[in-house]
Amino acid sequence: MPALPFTMLIFAGSTLAGMLGALTGLGGGVVLVPLLTLVLHVDLRYAIGASLISVIATSSGAAAAYVREGFSSVRIGMFLEVATTLGAVFGALLATRTPTRALAIIFGLVLLYSAWLSRNGHPEDGRERKASPWSDRLRLSGQYPDGQGGQIPYKVDRIAGGFATMFGAGTLSGLLGIGSGAVKVLAMDRVMRIPFKVSTTTSNFMIGVTAAASAGIYLKRGYIDPGLAFPVMLGVLIGSLLGARLLVRARVSVLRTVFTLVILALGVEMIVNGWMGKL
Amino acid sequence: MTEERRPFDDQRMDAIMGRLLQSGVLLASAVVLVGGLLYLKAHPHTSVNYRTFVSEPAELRHPGALLREVAAGNAAALIQFGVLLLVATPIARVVFAVIAFAMERDRLYVAISLFVLAVLMFGLLHGV
Repeated sequence: MPALPFTMLIFAGSTLAGMLGALTGLGGGVVLVPLLTLVLHVDLRYAIGASLISVIATSSGAAAAYVREGFSSVRIGMFLEVATTLGAVFGALLATRTPTRALAIIFGLVLLYSAWLSRNGHPEDGRERKASPWSDRLRLSGQYPDGQGGQIPYKVDRIAGGFATMFGAGTLSGLLGIGSGAVKVLAMDRVMRIPFKVSTTTSNFMIGVTAAASAGIYLKRGYIDPGLAFPVMLGVLIGSLLGARLLVRARVSVLRTVFTLVILALGVEMIVNGWMGKL
Repeated sequence: MTEERRPFDDQRMDAIMGRLLQSGVLLASAVVLVGGLLYLKAHPHTSVNYRTFVSEPAELRHPGALLREVAAGNAAALIQFGVLLLVATPIARVVFAVIAFAMERDRLYVAISLFVLAVLMFGLLHGV
């Protein structure tokens, strides 16, 4: 296909991916990679490289708003980034040695997991939360706005478990070029019992740093193509800005159901294609 | 949390970090946009094929060579330079965290941030 229409097509697809990613909180990467590989027949390695770029762009763009609102914790983020960046470098090194068939199957499984997680809503804040004695020593305890001008204090539990899960999230991110926000939220919300709003915003804040850790390796390996990076980066950015605007008016519950089904279908298709060696 | 006023606290750090990330993304996007438009203008009808993986040419994969290509007016190199700026944005935020925690005299978090920075630099420079 000639460069101009192809670029327009990628740009339109990336805008859609960014919009859906922002509306559902799952990020653009989980839609972008299947779109590029299954629909536009881009090699999985180029798709992963392009996705990584989109992930850094959206994370940095969105984090700018979140950190100023005071929900995300700079300390929890930085502490856990030790685990995610190590995982990301490890994952990126694995990616260059893993056959694309296996990558496609792993990606499919992550999609299925993301779909499952977005169906099963998060437990409500305000439940009984335990805390590790290390929570204060590592200065991970903090507070977040309750929406009525007050602050809700919280502490952190099961730090080792959360740290290990974060290493896994980093590895997936480096391996698949996604932000793996779903796994990061799992580590903070479910394992470490950090309030959901703090978990999601801190996760978003961390995603860019995790992705940057493996970007250098991808650049050097030639996974990042300028012809793809250009429409993908700009498209996803514009899409996520539009998505954030729409979020105020959109019926998120309906949207989430549709999105879950789409993710589910894409996940199955990635696994089938990977299994049959079509990617 | 104590209510004493400190010249530099986590809230100020958050505000500056937000601005830093925003500016980085805007700058990188602007460079990529210019590079992309030049790229399309240079070859609008060239056929593209991403079906098979061919690693990018060497001059686009190393920062030094990349800058020479940008200076020579290579549009693809300009896009990659924008991508590098984008990658530098979260790294700059970690560098800023090191400085901010040092100003708060939080030695533990200076060490943690420095470690994260070291891993990032390893990934960026070593590349394996």
